[in-house]
Amino acid sequence: MQAARTIEFSVNGAPVSAEAAGSSLLAVLRGDLRLRGARFGCGEGHCGACTVIVNGRAVQACQTPIWSLAGADVRTIEAAAADSLVAHVRKVFIEEQAAQCGYCTNGVIMTLAALLAADRTPARRDILAVLDERHLCRCGAHPRILRAIDRLLNVEAARR
Amino acid sequence: MTAPPADILANPRLAQWIGVAADGRLRLSIGKVELGQGAVTAIAAIAAAELRLALDDLVVVAGDTARAPDEGMTAGSMSIEQGGAAARWAAAAAREIFAKAAAARFGCAVADLRIDEGRFSAPQRNESLGYGDLAGEVDLDCDLRDREAPAMGARMAQTGIARLDLTAKLAGGAFIQDMDLPGLLHGRVLRAPRQNMRLARIDRAAIEALPGVRHVAVDGDFIGLVAGREDEAERAAAAARRHIEWRGEETPALDDENAWMDSVAAVSVTTLVDEGVGAGAAQRIEAVYSRPWIAHASIGPSTAIAEWRDGALTVWTHSQGVYPLRAALARALEAAPDKIRVVHAMGAGCYGHNGADDVALDAALLARAAGAPVRCQWSRADELAWSPFGAPMRMKLSAALDSQGRIVEWTHEVSSPPHVARPGFGEGVNLLAAAQIERAKPPSPPVDFPGPAGAGDRNAIPLYAVGRRRIVHRLLPQWPVRTSALRSLGAHGNIFAIESFMDELAARAGVDPIEFRLAHLTDARARAVVRAAGRLAGWDARDKGGAGEGRGIGFARYKNSGGYCAVVARVEATDKIAVTHAYAAVDCGAVVHADGLRNQIEGGIVQAASWTLKEAARFAPDGPVAQSWADYPILNFSECPEIHVEFLEPDGAPSLGGGECAAGPTAAAIANALAHALGLRVRNMPLTPDRIRKTIETQ
Repeated sequence: MQAARTIEFSVNGAPVSAEAAGSSLLAVLRGDLRLRGARFGCGEGHCGACTVIVNGRAVQACQTPIWSLAGADVRTIEAAAADSLVAHVRKVFIEEQAAQCGYCTNGVIMTLAALLAADRTPARRDILAVLDERHLCRCGAHPRILRAIDRLLNVEAARR
Repeated sequence: MTAPPADILANPRLAQWIGVAADGRLRLSIGKVELGQGAVTAIAAIAAAELRLALDDLVVVAGDTARAPDEGMTAGSMSIEQGGAAARWAAAAAREIFAKAAAARFGCAVADLRIDEGRFSAPQRNESLGYGDLAGEVDLDCDLRDREAPAMGARMAQTGIARLDLTAKLAGGAFIQDMDLPGLLHGRVLRAPRQNMRLARIDRAAIEALPGVRHVAVDGDFIGLVAGREDEAERAAAAARRHIEWRGEETPALDDENAWMDSVAAVSVTTLVDEGVGAGAAQRIEAVYSRPWIAHASIGPSTAIAEWRDGALTVWTHSQGVYPLRAALARALEAAPDKIRVVHAMGAGCYGHNGADDVALDAALLARAAGAPVRCQWSRADELAWSPFGAPMRMKLSAALDSQGRIVEWTHEVSSPPHVARPGFGEGVNLLAAAQIERAKPPSPPVDFPGPAGAGDRNAIPLYAVGRRRIVHRLLPQWPVRTSALRSLGAHGNIFAIESFMDELAARAGVDPIEFRLAHLTDARARAVVRAAGRLAGWDARDKGGAGEGRGIGFARYKNSGGYCAVVARVEATDKIAVTHAYAAVDCGAVVHADGLRNQIEGGIVQAASWTLKEAARFAPDGPVAQSWADYPILNFSECPEIHVEFLEPDGAPSLGGGECAAGPTAAAIANALAHALGLRVRNMPLTPDRIRKTIETQ
């Protein structure tokens, strides 16, 4: 039998190795690393509840195979302790109580953190387009999430 | 003497509600649970205010058959009204008992005590005593029934309260999906494509040979597998399907709920109201409205964890009612209820009867087969296809106006399959797998809540003065798909119909829709929210409409006994229909947690907008069409209206729940705004561009 190929990458700064074949990043995060902040919602890349940041880009962990992650830098909501931008977005979400059930929220936070890291002042409509494409919220927490986004944008604009 | 709240009568010992935790903090145990709606925070805030305690200094246990009182279901916007009243009653009693103990310790009169931030102090004494300090001097096992009602205490702070559950959820845990137990295995249920199918053939050995599979359970038509890792269970479940064959009749294609509702005979017909005299009818109008099946479509898959130990079962569940679920599990498993403990654990947003209860039995069956604790999680397809659906509805309305344009006669006939098929309703066992196992326990025959709150007929009786009223509820059969409680039950459809019809009547009478409503409303609180919503929306500036932009109003008092809500929607109808703004005026009495209530109103408006504009579950002969979010679009971020909410709080009005009061008014406000924008009335939800085209074609 061929030996399983292992892939080395890092999660929130810590080195990780996982078998290349078979698993998704979400399965490794939740199952092996017991990082439960990225959540399974649909397993099909529609709802965005599993969104994490890989090499600076927001990706849906349920759709990310381990073999694609050689040398990758993976950030999850649990990185909030070390990643100041994730921590900042999360803090604004808590202050705005920008959630209802909270199941989809971590994914939205990670998408926003990635967008703000790439561009300090993204256009609001561009953010909405990304959220429309990649995130679903069933509770109707949208107005609060949009308020949190507006606050993030104003803060970012003021920082310039 | 005010009677104690119903939940106190059902759970009369103080020790059922209040105790001292190991760390010396007070423990509040409640039967209402956190469904993502913030109810537990609000109830705890009520108790904390009564105890003069900071919210953080209270340990809250919510929903546990071993450790919390039985408050039935967390449903129907009753958490604040019932659960809040009960928690307040218990907290007031506890404070009094602890105060007596503190006074005895200080050697002073109770009246001389001060209590601040949960600490008692006495004049000329330097030290203070917390609740925990007095734990050894109080007897909390006392009867709560023979007590005076708590006096309205100092008004609690409504603002600055943060949700107790949210910070943990916005991190790496907090949901049942995130829970762990030592030795936990992962289960998946392999359900048929649709509900009326039986197992024809299974290659059990082939499934057992799949990588990672440790156990395969086959019990009648119930099939599941258990693996050590979740991803193994997931892959095995996908692979196992080719080793299972199902047989069964095809179900009718249901792409038009109106044709189906026309084709089935009613199970029962109830006339709710038939009174008054209609005099002076000058013109009669009638119209028929409908809504389709609506998928519950929780964002998180239904999940449960079950563990058998020495013949006793513990189940962790995101059910709305741990006690009703325990009773149903006991019947399904032929076990004694006292051998089952059901513990609530938070799930994704719940808007009524979803798959939570069903998956609890699934997990119990798999854990029994595996001889180990099992976590069972449904797939997205199961969630969309096997969770109960919100019931389709058809509302036939007719009315007569007199020569002054006043309504003198009103008929509302609503036809709908059951809106309640929860565990605990009717004689049967309302858990999916109970009907699938070899020793099958069938579900209840179709039943609905009786009035006045009603289910399919919820809010069928208008709050307006309409002369002679005839309100009829035709209960349709529970087939071919299971329907049950979805946020607001029949109120969404009935209010959509009543409030659409009010606009149609107003147009006939040549009166502004708000003026027309006020002319038929005597309830001062109803009038106040209608006026306030109009003011918020700048209603006076409403033009004649017809130019693609419109404003419309919808109003109701939820269940005719709960919160008052009026919504004005602004709609732009071009190649698509956009609800740009929603203005809501809400009277839920004294507000407990302003941001929590605002969250419920905002979420209620957005969700109702999604139902009303976009959602319809369809069924092909081989089963539900939607197996993925791709087949069941919901409102997205850029479609979300800008929402303004104002609370009216009449002096002395007791707190009412607000979770469901916005659904019906929002649906109607959108329909009325759309009619105003287009000069065209669409009476069938969802109000899609396609429906508009069809409406134009049939006119």
